[in-house]
Amino acid sequence: MRGLLQGLGRTQLAQKLGGRWLVIALPYAWLLFFFLIPFLIVIKISFSQSAISIPPYSPTIDLAEGWASIRDAFSQFSFDNYVWLTVYDLYWKSYLSSIMIAGISTVISLLVGYPLAYGMARGPSHWRATLVMLVILPFWTSFLIRVYAWIGILKNEGLLNQFLLWLGVIDEPLIILNTNWAVYIGIAYSYLPFMVLPLYATLEKLDMSLLEAVEDLGCPPWKAFWQVTLPLSLPGIAAGCFLVFIPAVGEFVISDILGGFDTLMIGKTLWVEFFRNLDWPVASAVAVILVILIVLFQNQQ
Amino acid sequence: MNRGISWFNITSIVLGFAFLYLPIVILVIFSFNASKLVTVWGGFSTKWYAALLHNQQLLDAAWVTLRVGFSAATIATVLGTIGALVMARMGRFPGRSLFSGMVYVPLVMLDVILGLSLLLLFVTINQDRGFWTVMLAHTTFCMCYVTVVVQSRLVGFDRSVEEAAMDLRCPPVKTFFLITLPLILPGVLAGWMLSFTLLLDDLIIASFTTGPGATTLPMKIYSQVRLGVTPEINAVCTILVGLVTVGVVTASITTKRREI
Repeated sequence: MRGLLQGLGRTQLAQKLGGRWLVIALPYAWLLFFFLIPFLIVIKISFSQSAISIPPYSPTIDLAEGWASIRDAFSQFSFDNYVWLTVYDLYWKSYLSSIMIAGISTVISLLVGYPLAYGMARGPSHWRATLVMLVILPFWTSFLIRVYAWIGILKNEGLLNQFLLWLGVIDEPLIILNTNWAVYIGIAYSYLPFMVLPLYATLEKLDMSLLEAVEDLGCPPWKAFWQVTLPLSLPGIAAGCFLVFIPAVGEFVISDILGGFDTLMIGKTLWVEFFRNLDWPVASAVAVILVILIVLFQNQQ
Repeated sequence: MNRGISWFNITSIVLGFAFLYLPIVILVIFSFNASKLVTVWGGFSTKWYAALLHNQQLLDAAWVTLRVGFSAATIATVLGTIGALVMARMGRFPGRSLFSGMVYVPLVMLDVILGLSLLLLFVTINQDRGFWTVMLAHTTFCMCYVTVVVQSRLVGFDRSVEEAAMDLRCPPVKTFFLITLPLILPGVLAGWMLSFTLLLDDLIIASFTTGPGATTLPMKIYSQVRLGVTPEINAVCTILVGLVTVGVVTASITTKRREI
């Protein structure tokens, strides 16, 4: 900025400032219109009533009628949808079940991801960049495809069961597809890169001289891991769990494709409420509560 | 601790990568299966790829996806680059924190909520849903990613070159195109690619914001997956995986070369 102010004359500066506002205004207006306002509309509709009309809620605000219409709509707003969410147990069960499913999946993903990240961080340094890229690569492949790939593996006559039967570990096929277990595996698998990358970043920076020191003092490797490596990698664990947990709570595709009829997840409940029951106000209320939960959770971090 | 890599580490790397890649490898292998059963091997065949060429609905969906992808990724890249300039070069201005909030929140916001809110916007303004609404929805979603990617590039380079150009009375717009843009180009291209891939990945936002005649490929795949697993879907998926792999590998090789 210093060189700029010195170099520019007064008129040029004015032009520059005009340009500056134009540059700011374009993306600003776009995000206001396509992100903030839509969200305000969701909040508004969550206070509306469901109605058999197009669009399926009332009151609607007609901007052409100006403030009178808006005031009128405000007077009709009610908390009915939020009361409904607490009365009917499907909703809070969905929230709880989503949190539980996301939690279990996050733990599985941590258990798979930690050894991988650990191995990568201890691996030969000239290999590390390639290994990191190999972790990211599946993330670029469509989510839907990666979830779909698991159907053929987890089916009753699928490859996993064929393999286990062949090994003689089991006598009859395990029923995994269309249960919560399939959802856990699907989520842990799909979000694994999110878990591995922050873990790897923390483990790679870990000061190896600390480990050498405790080892010199006769500490067995497992104890060194438990008392030195693990506590030092806690920030990575927290970051990884956070990155997996948040999207997993709202997961729709995995619970729909791999889960069963009794797999309750809030993303699916919202979807069904919106597309099949056409109850937009309740769907909006579900969404608003979900956003509040996410914001609360993020502030906790 | 320089005694090379231990067996434990090798095993955990091998198992971890097997978990990551085996499902995709199996998917690709079974797309060449002659049998209609996706879990029983019946010999090598490419007939499912030939069948794709006669699946008009699928081809239509692919065409819609390409059009939406190119336009949304391009607009999102332009808007996102401007957004990154605002974040990295404009200093303080009233409403800056709201702006950065609006850039970062969509990155962590659930797709279901983004899709729902955009749909309700389109309904409120009486906009018929179709190609344009899907494209606008994706542009919004992708521009936030582009902003973050390009911004990291803008923060990373030496600003004195820009200042030198300005000192020599190069107008700001010209400075941007002659100096700044070439320097951030890898970030801009990466942002474009990321946007396009996000679109290939997205089912939820597209389902909420689409209308008749604008079914994207993920939506088509999803509706077929719900009916059951078929080798034909394996073939589509294999083609997509192949395209993305080639794209990512080329991109990473070219950026590496540029950095050297």
